Amino acid sequence: MKRFLIIARQAPYGSAAAREAIELALACALFDQPVSLLLLDDACFQLLPEHKPAAIQQKNLAAMQQSLPLYDIDKIYICEKSMHQRGLHPESLSLEVVPLDAAGMKKLIREHEVVINV
Amino acid sequence: MKFTLLIQSAPIDSQSSATALRFARALLAKGHEIERIFFYRSGVQSANRLALAPQDETNLPLEWQSFISENQLDAVVCIAAAIRRGIVNAAETARYGVEGDNLIEAAELSGLGQLVAACAASDRVITFGGGA
Amino acid sequence: MSDTTLHILNRGPNQAELLNHCLDSYSDGDALLFIEDGIYWATEHYAEQLSQFHCFALKPDLEARGVSASGIQTVDDAGFVDLCINHSRSVSWS
Repeated sequence: MKRFLIIARQAPYGSAAAREAIELALACALFDQPVSLLLLDDACFQLLPEHKPAAIQQKNLAAMQQSLPLYDIDKIYICEKSMHQRGLHPESLSLEVVPLDAAGMKKLIREHEVVINV
Repeated sequence: MKFTLLIQSAPIDSQSSATALRFARALLAKGHEIERIFFYRSGVQSANRLALAPQDETNLPLEWQSFISENQLDAVVCIAAAIRRGIVNAAETARYGVEGDNLIEAAELSGLGQLVAACAASDRVITFGGGA
Repeated sequence: MSDTTLHILNRGPNQAELLNHCLDSYSDGDALLFIEDGIYWATEHYAEQLSQFHCFALKPDLEARGVSASGIQTVDDAGFVDLCINHSRSVSWS
């Protein structure tokens, strides 16, 4: 058993990156490996509420995000600096987040054996 | 040591797949083992048999095919990522009612579970490519 | 073997924020290997800002781009493998 850390850096819908990061996190959980998800840069926007991607013929990422807690991924780590740069606040995001500073990111990485930047 | 290699970017559009192949060769030359090579995201294009290269250029899918089969390695292409990007085998095209297939013979289509299992069984996991 | 991380960075100054995240995540004892377009960070112009990090640059990528590393160790593919062995995990910043 290994602890997996999945790092996402891309906004939703502009590419498959956001979806493919969450799919990998869910796959880890499905195969009984402890997994954490860390959002950096534009990936912070994945947690804005009220996605309506039907307007661009895409599936709603929120459905996948909502299943994260069902697989014990109930806290999403988020880069504090990335959030502030984008004018985002934890209270306005769709899932509970744990903001991390640089010290927090160092510690998070050290706590996981497998780190995948998707 | 046992390694899992994860390739997430396509040849031509990124150097990552080529770097991964060079790294894989160096790994075996040093006597290490490759548990699995897993192609995810645009990295699935590394397994496209229909990528054609002019005489004076490297054909990376062909090189991966040779490397994997000569060394009898386990290579998996993420099925969900692959079919959406047009990397398919006969079974999948039959399922969808279309003609043709282009997956290199040395690789198989399977799920992300194969990546997770390989990482769990390996001493080291090295990722090539990804991001945008 | 100690519990350290090999950071692998393959993008250049166009993606300066990627380097920032990499450096923010770097702990004592870690190493940072520049490969592919990341080797531009290994040049003299960036040497001072990276002096406190244990940096390496991949030779084939330096040579391909006609660039010399300044004040940091260069490795070949075998050296890349050794770095992966010597650190208990890797993080690829791509």
